[in-house]
Amino acid sequence: MQVESFQYDNKTVRNFAIATIIWGVVGMTVGLWIALQLVFPTVLNLQPYFNFGRLRPLHTNAVIFAFVGNGIFMGVYYSLQRLLKTRMFNDTLSKIHFWGWQLIIVAAAITLPLGITTSKEYAELEWPIDIAITIIWVIFGFNMFATIIKRRERHLYVAVWFYIATFVTVAVLHLVNSFELPISLFKSYSWYAGVQDALVQWWYGHNAVAFFLTTPYLGLMYYFMPKAANRPVFSYKLSIIHFWALIFLYIWAGPHHLLYTALPNWAQSIGIVFSFMLIFPSWGGMINGLLTLRGAWDSVREDVILKFMVVAVTAYGMSTFEGPMLSLKSINAVAHFTDWIIAHVHIGGLGWNGMLTFGILYWLIPRIYKTELYSKKLANIHFWLATLGILFYAIPMYWAAFQQASMWKQFTESGQLKYQFLETVTYMRPFYAMRSLGGVLYLSGAIIAMVNIFKTIGQGTLVANEDAQAPALEKTYTKHTGEHWHRWIERRPTPFLILSLVVILIGGIVEIVPTFLIKSNIPTIASVKPYTPLELQGRDIYVREGCYTCHSQMIRPFRSETERYGEYSKAGEFVYDHPFQWGSKRTGPDLAREGAGNLKKSNAWHFNHMDEPSALSTGSVMPSYSFLIDHELDTATTPLKINAMITLGVPYEKGYAQIANQDLMAQAKILTADLKKDGIEVAPSKEIIALIAYLQRLGTDISKK
Amino acid sequence: MYSFIKKYTETMQDINFYPIFSLLVFVAFFVGVLWYVKVMDKEEVDAIKNLPLEQ
Repeated sequence: MQVESFQYDNKTVRNFAIATIIWGVVGMTVGLWIALQLVFPTVLNLQPYFNFGRLRPLHTNAVIFAFVGNGIFMGVYYSLQRLLKTRMFNDTLSKIHFWGWQLIIVAAAITLPLGITTSKEYAELEWPIDIAITIIWVIFGFNMFATIIKRRERHLYVAVWFYIATFVTVAVLHLVNSFELPISLFKSYSWYAGVQDALVQWWYGHNAVAFFLTTPYLGLMYYFMPKAANRPVFSYKLSIIHFWALIFLYIWAGPHHLLYTALPNWAQSIGIVFSFMLIFPSWGGMINGLLTLRGAWDSVREDVILKFMVVAVTAYGMSTFEGPMLSLKSINAVAHFTDWIIAHVHIGGLGWNGMLTFGILYWLIPRIYKTELYSKKLANIHFWLATLGILFYAIPMYWAAFQQASMWKQFTESGQLKYQFLETVTYMRPFYAMRSLGGVLYLSGAIIAMVNIFKTIGQGTLVANEDAQAPALEKTYTKHTGEHWHRWIERRPTPFLILSLVVILIGGIVEIVPTFLIKSNIPTIASVKPYTPLELQGRDIYVREGCYTCHSQMIRPFRSETERYGEYSKAGEFVYDHPFQWGSKRTGPDLAREGAGNLKKSNAWHFNHMDEPSALSTGSVMPSYSFLIDHELDTATTPLKINAMITLGVPYEKGYAQIANQDLMAQAKILTADLKKDGIEVAPSKEIIALIAYLQRLGTDISKK
Repeated sequence: MYSFIKKYTETMQDINFYPIFSLLVFVAFFVGVLWYVKVMDKEEVDAIKNLPLEQ
């Protein structure tokens, strides 16, 4: 058969490699900063742009999409070409993909501190960036798919399946979750409301973990681990079961983020069962990865790359054991809203994604630069700093979270809640400090890695186009006797893509569609009315400042919560919430009934609290929002916002948009007059007034007569 | 078409069918994958398994 000569593109691989390490250091630095903000809130919160609520989404987006995202593309561009024995389909598309992705990251880094956000976790970027992501993702997918079509290897190795599933699922998730109605270049409203929005968001959120942080990295594991250990994967058959079971199960697991919430019970049950079953394929994959090293454990002692990979796969095993456990209702009741979840995601992020990325970088960079790694000693130091960093991060968080949850739930003998919420906050601070030390260790390791990688690059020369040879693909394929249908699909990428799509869509459709269509899922409550224009504007400030990053708006039906926060939350209370603001973490208390019952505070309290939280709540770690007292509310947007809400089905009267600002000003004046009684002089046109109006509205609907 | 589906699902009685349905679909799918893996050709599996190690 004719042997063809061609060249692999290493330049794109190099570009993504450099991007992953630089953005990794940036993302982790922001992470360390926000960790320290919880220890030194008054010094490190620089309002308005660098307050916790605006920086936390920057950290998560930077780490997920910039560090891990570039890591995925680095590994995919390297392994795909070699597994298919062909160059990437088109160099220009590779280049557009690389620079487009970096521009999106820069856009995120600018817009998030500016408060331009949708508030949907890990999907905070506003609609123009969402469109850019769609275009760049399609370019990546097209380039990958066209490469698969022109391959010289008949069979698609399992890593390629993982890449295909990643592409198709992320595309579906991004499109469905980003359905939003723009009202200006930088502001849009989620198409969905309340329970539906929450379900779509966590279907997306969980599967961002599954199909962005997990499946592509499993593909990388199945390629780079055999490479680094110089032996094939332990069981290829197990990898097939791993793949199909994983992509089938993952897509259903989202509702475990919403246990005990107002989400319909049947949807919660689906989430629990499928999350629990996930342990089997996940552990199958982990065992497959670790057993790939069978007979090579001696080299793990010597080879720093294998050390990184072993810790990565072990961390994958740990977090995929913990995930199913956390989705059991009894454990979730304790762990949800606490720092346990933060520890859990960092085992995944720092351990699985981080360690695998660094392992691959140390393996790959010397190869494409035809040199040795600059310093194995530095890589070893990095390994120990990173491993210790993970432990220093996770252990204090686990410890503290247990205590935190227990303090939230304890009652005195006379039946009173034993602890004020604030006491649990001050209890956490030493643990936040210890966690930050873990961050310092991990980040130091990453900086050492950056130096080591750049030194390696400096001493070598990039083989931008690497020569390779392979026989051309036979035009006609001769079947083996007794060949099975799956062989057929493995040779044909298009039906394979469609089958993957069908598999993931089954979960999405069964889970989401009924919630949209069945009226009984969201019982309406007659007293729940749309927000007033002032409250709506205040809500948008709440969204802009990322209040949801620390405050939930979801009271679960536990006595410890109903005693503390009031009546548990009902699905029907959120029908006008575009987007929902249930949150996922309680660094501060729940705010679902902030304006009702025992929790109601005076307008003056809110004013002073926003100005300087620690003056009213000693030991509070909340940043100051005093700039809201000076900022003018942009009332020009009110008609646009009301009209957008009408389009989304919120029952304002026809033509209300034109007169909404009169109502807004009337309500603002009543509020400022009330503040004046307490000696606070402030103009009704300031942002703080709208925010107070919103906070005072929270949770009041169902107590109306 | 959409209104037909909407009308049907809005009046659908037993929503608990959904979790059971999803579990059955998965079990059927999983049994299919296991069966397929069992009947795979060993030589071909070995060939594919070694793809990453080819230069």
